[in-house]
Formats: sequence, C-alpha cells, structure tokens
Amino acid sequence: MAIWLTKGSKVVVQGMTGSEGMKHTRRMLAAGTNVVGGVNPRKAGQKVAFEGVNDRIELPVFANVAEAMAATGADVTVIFVPPQFTRGAVVEAIDAGIPLAVVITEGVPVHDTAAFWAYNLAQGERTRIVGPNCPGIASPGASNAGIIPADITGAGRIGLVSKSGTLTYQMMYELRDIGFSTCVGIGGDPIIGTTHIDALAAFQADPETDAIVMIGEIGGDAEERAAEFIKANVTKPVVGYIAGFTAPPGKTMGHAGAIISGSAGTADAKKAALEAVGVKVGKTPSETARLMRELMSGN
Amino acid sequence: MDLYEYQGRELFERHGLPVLAGGVATTPEEARAIAERLGGRVVVKAQVKVGGRGKAGGVKLAETPDEAVARSTDILGMDIKGHTVNKVMITVTADIAEEYYFSYLLDRANRTFLCIASVAGGMDIEQVAAETPERVAKVAIDANVGVDEARAREIVEAAGFPTELTEQIVPIAVRLWQAFVAEDATLVEVNPLARTVDGKVLCLDAKVSLDENAGFRHPDHEALVDQAAVDPLEQRAKEKDLNYVKLDGEVGIIGNGAGLVMSTLDVVAYAGEPHGVKPANFLDIGGGASAAVMANGLEIVLSDPSVRSVFVNVFGGITACDEVANGIIQALALLAERGEAVEKPLVVRLDGNNAEAGRAILDGAANPLVQRVDTMDGAAQRAAELAAAGV
Repeated sequence: MAIWLTKGSKVVVQGMTGSEGMKHTRRMLAAGTNVVGGVNPRKAGQKVAFEGVNDRIELPVFANVAEAMAATGADVTVIFVPPQFTRGAVVEAIDAGIPLAVVITEGVPVHDTAAFWAYNLAQGERTRIVGPNCPGIASPGASNAGIIPADITGAGRIGLVSKSGTLTYQMMYELRDIGFSTCVGIGGDPIIGTTHIDALAAFQADPETDAIVMIGEIGGDAEERAAEFIKANVTKPVVGYIAGFTAPPGKTMGHAGAIISGSAGTADAKKAALEAVGVKVGKTPSETARLMRELMSGN
Repeated sequence: MDLYEYQGRELFERHGLPVLAGGVATTPEEARAIAERLGGRVVVKAQVKVGGRGKAGGVKLAETPDEAVARSTDILGMDIKGHTVNKVMITVTADIAEEYYFSYLLDRANRTFLCIASVAGGMDIEQVAAETPERVAKVAIDANVGVDEARAREIVEAAGFPTELTEQIVPIAVRLWQAFVAEDATLVEVNPLARTVDGKVLCLDAKVSLDENAGFRHPDHEALVDQAAVDPLEQRAKEKDLNYVKLDGEVGIIGNGAGLVMSTLDVVAYAGEPHGVKPANFLDIGGGASAAVMANGLEIVLSDPSVRSVFVNVFGGITACDEVANGIIQALALLAERGEAVEKPLVVRLDGNNAEAGRAILDGAANPLVQRVDTMDGAAQRAAELAAAGV
C-alpha cells in the first residue's frame, strides 16, 4: 500500500507527445508505472512508440482525458503541457472526473491555478490535484507519476511530503536504506491543489506508513497550519525540515511562493510552530535524516 | 513584481478608476512641466518601494511650479531606508474629509482571492485588523465568479462605508476587480480610498503587485521593470534564463532546484558564521541543467567581485552529474580562453544521477581550483573556510 498512487494505478499523460512529455513518459514506463496512453487532441488516434522499454511499448493517443479514461480505465493523469495551456488541461481532467491529476508544469499564472482550483471545488472536488510546479508522486517499487527519479530509493515505511523537488530527492537519498511508502512533491507555488495537511492526513491513515518527513520552505503559512493539524490529528512521528532561514525578505527565491512578506512566512516562525507541537526539526537535510533514522531505530 | 505608486496610478487610470491627475518626473525641470500642466497646488512624492516616506521627508506640498522644482530637487537623490529616490510623482492635491481602505489580494491559505475593505484607512491595515477587527471586512472572492455589481454592493455593506457613497464605491469595487484580473495582479490596494470635502471618492494611493508567471499574457509588463534598480548581475542572469538573486556575502552558491539552493544558503550561513562569511547569491540552474547552463551560471557567480569561493551543490534528479562536471570544466576553460583569470576556489558536491561519473570527470581534470567534497555539510564547511582564507 501507499497513498494515492499504487501498483494498480493506470496513468495517462497530458502532453505526452511533447519533448518533456516523451522524456518523462519513457522514464515512468521504465520505473514500472502502468502508463496506458497520452492525450493530445491534434494527434488523437495515433500511437507513440517507446523503444527500449520492455523492448518496445506502444501507447495510444486520445483526444481528451474522458476518452482516455473510457478506453483504458485510467485513474491518474500527469500534466506536462506548457503554462498557457495548463488551466485548460486541468479543467479537462476535472470534467472527466479523474481521481488524481498531477500537474508538473512550472510557471502557471496564479489566477489560472485559482480558477481551476475553484472549478474543482464547484464540481465537488472529485479530483485530487497535486501541484502545479511539482515533481509529482512516487510510491517506490509500485508506481511513479511525474519526474521524481525512480532509482534513488526502494519501498519502505516512511512517508515524505515536500514543497521542493531536489530536497525531496536529497531526503530520499539520505534515507534510502530505510525506504519510503510514498513521496509527494506538492510544489512551491502560492496556490497548490494538495497541501502538507492533505498528505499528513493520508499518511496517518495509511497502515504501511510508520513515520513522516515534512519539508517546507519560506512563504505563506502552510507549515504553521500543518503544525496545528499534526497536534490535533497525527499520532505517527513527524520530522520536519524548513528551507530558507537566511533568505532576505521581499525576494522571491526560485519558487513563486517562496517569499517572505513583511514579517510573515519566515523559516523561524515555521520551525517554532512545528517544534511547539512536538515535531523535531532538523537544521540541515542531513540532520533531518538523522532525526528520522533515530526515530525509526527506536532511539 | 511590485509596482511604483506612479505606475499603479497610471494602471488605475487606464482601468477607469478615479485617481488624481498627475505625472512622473526624473528631473526638477520635468517636475516643473508637470506642475505647470496641472496648475495650482501640487504634491511631490518620492517614488520608492518602501513605507514611511512621509516621515522621511519624501512627500511635500508645492504651491507653485517654482516650489515644485525646489521640492523635487530636495527629494530626488534622497535616500529613504536604503532606497535612492530616482523619480517623483507630482499630482494635484485633494481636500480629504475621510480615509478608507480597499484591496483585492491572493489568499494563499484559502486558495482563493480576498477583498479587504475598511472604513479605517490611511494606516497599516494589518494593525487595524489586529486592534479593531470589527472595522475590517474580509470577503472571499470566487475566482470563477468574480465581483459584479451585486457582489460589490455586498462588500460595500459589509465594510460599513457611508451609504451616501455607495453609488460611487460600487463601480470602484467592480473596476478594481476587473483591473486585478485583467493585469494578472496578486495585489491591488487603495490606501487611502478617500472622500473629499466636496463628497467625491478617489483612489489616493495605488499599491500593485503583478504575477511574473503571467508575463506571457502581458508583454507590456516588461516595460514596468525599473532597469536602474535591477542589479546588473541579476539582469545578466535573467538574460540567460537563470534564476539568480544577489545577496551580500562572499560564498557564491550554485545548485539545482529552488528548495535545495535555499537549503544550501542556510547550510553555508551556519558554516560561515564562525568565519564571518555568508552566501553571496542564490542561483538555481534548474532541473535537467546542461553543461552550457552550468557554464553560464559559473560565469555569473565568478564575475561577482565580492565572491571569494564558490560552492556547487547538485543533487542529480533529472540533471545528470556528469553533465554538471563537464559544465564546470568547460566553464573554467572558457573563462581562461577569454583571458579572465579564475583564481577563486570551487567546492563541488555531486550526488544522485550519474554522480560517480561526474566525480570521475572532476578528478580526471585535476584542476587545482576544484575541490570535491562528498557531503553537503562538509562541502559548505570547506567553501566557508576557503572564503574566509581568501579575505
């Protein structure tokens, strides 16, 4: 078991025929993901071949997500379309009622994200949206939806939720001997479809997750709200890491959402909020990994 | 991107909002021309993206064009909290009877937009909200529904604006929303929204932030960037599509992924503390970075005169570490070819995708400037020591 993405997940790729889509579809297939097709209205009916993956895999291209679901039983879509088409792609996925949409695209205008999020709510939130501007979800040994490298770590019993892609990989690498149930990259944009809290709740309910690593960064108050949620709802041990203690106020640090506004959104405030509810917060990624290692070995 | 007040005023004017007539000047003579055009008493306001300019002497009245020249001469070039004043805005004056507050902004926590409106304007709204929350109305706005006349009336009522002003404030609320959406803003704030003694409602200040991710829809927004205020290294990095922020330390930082680079800054800051050195910059070369991207990044960081050592911290996810290693070697060769003497030491930590191949490339090149350290913490330590030794 894992959260949201399992061995049985059937994945379609919106934007599969583009260069990024092709590259990462190949990687997902190589990682054992059950990719069942792609979506591109201009190439519907064609087939795309991936040479060298199980000799050769041929995937059908569908006109839209609803058709792909009807033909293949897909229940996950991974979205690689450029920023100007992302809103339309996500709305199409919501209209199809697909249970999980992973939005990899970076640089989506926040008005577009706000619009598709509001639309998802209005449709009864049938679709879990992860991202945008995220590396996706990996359940090691089972399935991989997005761009997280599949060979960093094997399956295990730690759950990981993170705003950052490379810090996710770093943490997976540091704890590769223990392994992970699911790693969720939620993205660094100001509005995201899946929050730390959503992942914490799912890991708490997952019988195959024993402990949780939560990685945050400057900007907003998602980590503070996650701390409140942990206090009330999470009994599994949580270890935290926050990036950006030394970031200057008023400057956007790479991620659109990573900005300290006035006195709000600082790493110190986030660390304090987490520690106040009993979460151990590492000063560096390595120290965070060590804290988790101690927890897992019962020290 | 935060706009200057004068840019916000012009943006408001374009969207049909009631603002004071005015213009922007970079010289006292330009200020004279504007004051003559406007006629009568004007106000001269320093254009800086920082609060408290009134107290700092950056806002002055002028009764005549000559006085406008004198006040502009005083204010231009002034330093306000570390910001040099390069422009002044000149507007006609208004006799204010009462000040209110009105804004639309992105509400990250609730993943929607928010309208904040208050009868208590002209001061810091966060303070008003903390001290007298009953005087501040917060109304969630659905991104797909927006603010029409009916919604605007609800907001005006919730805020408790004087009823005789409703017919003036409702269209302001609607047009401000339209501007917020049309310009892909993350904040449009009017503080104060003022009632004049003759009963008119005017937007007397304009604070606007625009979403840079929406730049592809707004080619005109590029012109709003104040080139004079952009750090030259940041400008060069932007031209090469690199995500670079100049900081004030000595250890140059290059990494892949925003989170990892932020984390690298922290780790270097801790390691540098006993040595009195700090990170010199944020530079994210992004996912799947090629050798050429690495070379561009290294060139920018090395050209910062305050940099004394460089820490390249890469965890290869999609990025292949052998590409990164080749990029480093190529960049050093390229700089040497151009006759630029590179004397600053580089500390490199490579992990993840093709890390062993990358390390082998660095070891094989045996460049005396390049030191390889296997852990992020250890490499940060080494880079800090080298920067301190290079003082």
